[in-house]
Amino acid sequence: MSFREEHELHKRRFGRNLGLGLVLAGFVALVFGLTIAKVSNENFALPAQTTQQGGD
Amino acid sequence: MSDATLHSASPPQQGEAGFGDFLALLKPRVMVLVVFTALVGMLAAPVAVHPVIGLAAILFIAVGGGASGALNMWWESDIDAKMRRTCKRPIPAGKVTRDEAFAFGITLAAFAVVMMWLATNAVAAGLLAFTIFFYVVIYTIGLKRWTPQNIVIGGAAGAFPPMIGWAAATGGISIESVLMFALIFLWTPPHFWALALFMRGDYDNAGVPMLTVTHGRRATRAHILAYTVILAAMAVGAGFTLIGGPVYLATALVFNALFLRDAVAIWRRDEAQAEADDYQVEKRAFRLSLWYLFAHFTAILAEAAMRGLGLGGWA
Repeated sequence: MSFREEHELHKRRFGRNLGLGLVLAGFVALVFGLTIAKVSNENFALPAQTTQQGGD
Repeated sequence: MSDATLHSASPPQQGEAGFGDFLALLKPRVMVLVVFTALVGMLAAPVAVHPVIGLAAILFIAVGGGASGALNMWWESDIDAKMRRTCKRPIPAGKVTRDEAFAFGITLAAFAVVMMWLATNAVAAGLLAFTIFFYVVIYTIGLKRWTPQNIVIGGAAGAFPPMIGWAAATGGISIESVLMFALIFLWTPPHFWALALFMRGDYDNAGVPMLTVTHGRRATRAHILAYTVILAAMAVGAGFTLIGGPVYLATALVFNALFLRDAVAIWRRDEAQAEADDYQVEKRAFRLSLWYLFAHFTAILAEAAMRGLGLGGWA
């Protein structure tokens, strides 16, 4: 089985899609970095209710 | 719908929007100023910020500023099409539709504010949201087309970034961040009116009530001088406050003397003289105004950096 031939639209929008893909990848990396920075903070604490689960 | 009908309904556009066209909607040149002043506001704050959180804060301020630019272009596409300076922007050039620009701008604005809140704090996010609201609704939609003071009021929107940067670090507003706001707020009118003098015709054609159109060019020259005097007093006076110090004061004295010299020269000239040398003095003042702001904020940053080493300020 072969892949369908690439549509003209895909070629035309390649630059836009590539740019968007890179932006999204950068955003994922930034959120990951933010998470590490936040949880590494010495004042970081989990919300209280997460330790009281299972009571109901 | 088949491919055939799809193509007959919407043939490939010659100038379909690329990634760069959406980037252009964010007004990247304005963004440089926003990023720089926000960065100085954040670094001048007495609270250290984690580098990743600081990077995120600057990025979201830039995205919020860019979203304002996109929404501004959405609303002003009719004006942009008439002005030489703006007729190649993505909407008048036919690369991006107004609806696309609106959707792009409003989505990015919401994204930037929410992410700013998550990354930093509610004060910084609130200031960012207010800045976007102020620039788009108060300035672009509300005031720009019916008051010649549009530049004065609109200048406030461009003055908020250092306050947001400061708030991202400290979680609040203080006299130092208000002083940085005041510096940009008072700088904006002479900067843009100098531009309006030598970009003559553009604003007249677009029907925007710039001071040059409503009150004449003589009055605009007088306004540039008046605002530059107020700006100089404030900018030099700030040298004796918490953001100031010897380096800042020396910088402020030099650049305000130069800016005042150009403002006086602009005031003393008439249109015949300006046309004779193709607005050399007005163009020089405009270029100087860009260096002026850059120099003042670099000096604020230098004072903050030296203060960290126990050298900055007057203490």
